[in-house]
Amino acid sequence: MIMNIHAIKAIYKFELHRFGRTMLTSLFVPAITTSLYFIVFGSAIGSRMREVDGVPYGAFIVPGLIMLSMFTESISNASFGIYMPKFTGTIYELHSAPVSPLETVIAYVGAAATKSVIIGLMILATAYLFVWVPIAHPLAMLGFMVLIAVSFCLFGFILGIWAQSFEQLSVIPMLVVTPMTFLGGAFYSVHMLPEPWKTITLFNPVVYLISGFRWTFFGKGDVAMDVSLAFVAAMLVVCFGVIVWMFRTGYRLKK
Amino acid sequence: MASILSVRGISKTYAGGHQALGTIDLDVAEGEIFALLGPNGAGKTTLISIICGIVNASSGTVTVDGEDIIKGYRHTRSTIGLVPQEISTDMFERVIDTVALSRGLFGKPRDDAHIEKVLRELSLWDKRFAKVQELSGGMKRRVMIAKALSHEPKLLFLDEPTAGVDVELRRDMWELVRRLRDGGATIILTTHYIEEAEDMADRVGVISGGKLILVEEKTALMKKLGRKSLHVTLSEPLGAIPAGLSSWSLTLADDGHMLDYQFDAHAEDTGVSALLSRLGELGIGYKDLNTEESSLEDIFVDLVHRPAREAAA
Ligand SMILES: Nc1ncnc2c1ncn2[C@@H]1O[C@H](COP(=O)(O)OP(=O)(O)O)[C@@H](O)[C@H]1O
Ligand SMILES: [Mg+2]
Repeated sequence: MIMNIHAIKAIYKFELHRFGRTMLTSLFVPAITTSLYFIVFGSAIGSRMREVDGVPYGAFIVPGLIMLSMFTESISNASFGIYMPKFTGTIYELHSAPVSPLETVIAYVGAAATKSVIIGLMILATAYLFVWVPIAHPLAMLGFMVLIAVSFCLFGFILGIWAQSFEQLSVIPMLVVTPMTFLGGAFYSVHMLPEPWKTITLFNPVVYLISGFRWTFFGKGDVAMDVSLAFVAAMLVVCFGVIVWMFRTGYRLKK
Repeated sequence: MASILSVRGISKTYAGGHQALGTIDLDVAEGEIFALLGPNGAGKTTLISIICGIVNASSGTVTVDGEDIIKGYRHTRSTIGLVPQEISTDMFERVIDTVALSRGLFGKPRDDAHIEKVLRELSLWDKRFAKVQELSGGMKRRVMIAKALSHEPKLLFLDEPTAGVDVELRRDMWELVRRLRDGGATIILTTHYIEEAEDMADRVGVISGGKLILVEEKTALMKKLGRKSLHVTLSEPLGAIPAGLSSWSLTLADDGHMLDYQFDAHAEDTGVSALLSRLGELGIGYKDLNTEESSLEDIFVDLVHRPAREAAA
C-alpha cells in the first residue's frame, strides 16, 4: 500500500456527505448575503460611483464578494471538519488507521475546498442576476478559485487542529479574516485610498489575493498578477509546512 | 505458535509527568484470546492506545504481525481493529455510512456484502439507515464493534467491552468473540471483571500500577495460585470444632452442618485424606463432600495486594 486511496476516497465522500446534509443552508446563505451586498453596495453606492478603474461598480465588487465568502467558508468548513472528530472523540479512528498525514490533508482539505468552489460559483451565478460581469480569463479565474480554496482550507485545517474550543474556532475568522478582507480592497480599489492608508494596505496579504482574482475578471488588478500568485504560493507552502510539523510532533493531536 | 504481538520495553509518561506504564514486555500468540486484567487506572487503555497508534510511547518498541508499529504502520494498523472503551461516533451519520467509512479508512475496497454480514451479526441490519444518535447506548456500542470489524482485522482489541452493557449484548459479544477466534483472529480484551477473563481468555495478564505483574495460561494460573476449599456436609451438626481436628485449619458454617477446609491444591500433601480418616476415627459422619476452586477474583485480590503486604511484613 503506497497510498491509502481507499481512505482518501472514504473521508472525501464522508465529508461531502456531511456538507450535503446542510447543502440548502450552505448555498442559500451565500446567495442571500450576496444579494444583500448588491442591494447595499451595488445600488446605494453604485448609483453615486459609476466606475472603478473603468469597470462598472456593480461588476467591480463581484470578485471581492466571492473572495469574502470563499475565505470564510473555506476556513470554517475545513476547521470544523477536523475539529469535530477531536471534539467528539472519533479522531481515535483516524489515529489508529493506516492513513498518512498527507492523505488526511488531501481528503479533508480536498472535500472542504470542493465545497468552497461550489459556493464561489454559486455567488458568481447570483451576481449575474444583478449585473453583467465580464470574465477576461475564465480558466485562470477557475484556477485561482481552486488555489484560494485550497490555501484557505489548509489554513482552516490548521485552525481546527489548534483550536481547543468552539470559541477559538470562530475567533480567527471573525477577528482576523473578515476585517482583513474588508480592508483588503474587496469593495474598492487600493488606488482610491489616500496616503498613508494606501501604503499600509499593501501590508495586508488579502489585497494581493483579491487583486489577483480581480485580474482574472477584468484583466487588471491593484498589483501585478505574478505578485498575487507569489502570495498564494507562499500561503500554500507555509500552511502545508505547519501541517507537516503538526503531524510530525503530534501537536494537539496525540497524547 | 508465532506471536502476532510483541511488546518490548514499552513505557509511558504522560505530559504532566504521570507515569502510566512502567516497562512492559508482552507476547501474544496468533489465534489466542488474551485478557488484560487490572483495576481502573492500571494502564490497560494506555497500553492498547500505544499499540494502535493513538498514544506515542515514551520508550520501547511494538511489533504487530512481524512489523514495527511506527515504521510499518500501514501494515500493522490495517491488521488491527479497535473497540475503544468510550463510545464516540459520528452522531449525525447513518449506521451503514459510518461503518463503511471505517472500512475505507483502513485501506479496504468497498465491500457491501461484508458490511452487511457484520451488521447482521451485530443485529444492526434493521437499523442500518438510522442515525447513530437515535440509537440506544447498547446499540451505539454495537456500532463501535461493527466499525472495528469492518476491515476484517486479524488482531482485535476490545477495551472494557462489557462495562455498562446489558446481558444480551454481553452474550452476543462473547458469541462473536468465539466465532472470530474460530475464524483465526486474535483477540485482546481488557477488563476488570474477573469472570470475564475467566470465561473467555486462554491467557491472562494481570496489570496493576502500570506494571504487568504476571502473565499465565488461565488454567496454569488457576492451578498455580488456586486454593481449593473442601466442603464437608455433616450428618449431625457440630457445636464446635473438636480438639482432635486442631491440626487442620477448619471453619464451621451453616449452623454447624458444614465443615470447611481451605487447602493449597498444589501442595505435596493437601491434608485431605488425613482429614477424612481422622473424621472417621472420631466417628463424625458426613453425607456429602465437594471441593471448589478459588476464582480468579480471589487470585487477583491476592496478587494486587501481595506487594503491599510483603512491604508491610
Ligand atoms: N491523557 C492522559 N493524560 C494524563 N494522564 C493520563 C491520560 N490518560 C490516562 N492517564 C493516567 O494514566 C493512568 C492509566 O490510565 P488508563 O490507561 O486509562 O488505565 P485503565 O485503562 O487501566 O483504567 C491513570 O492513572 C490515568 O489517570
Ligand atoms: Mg481503560
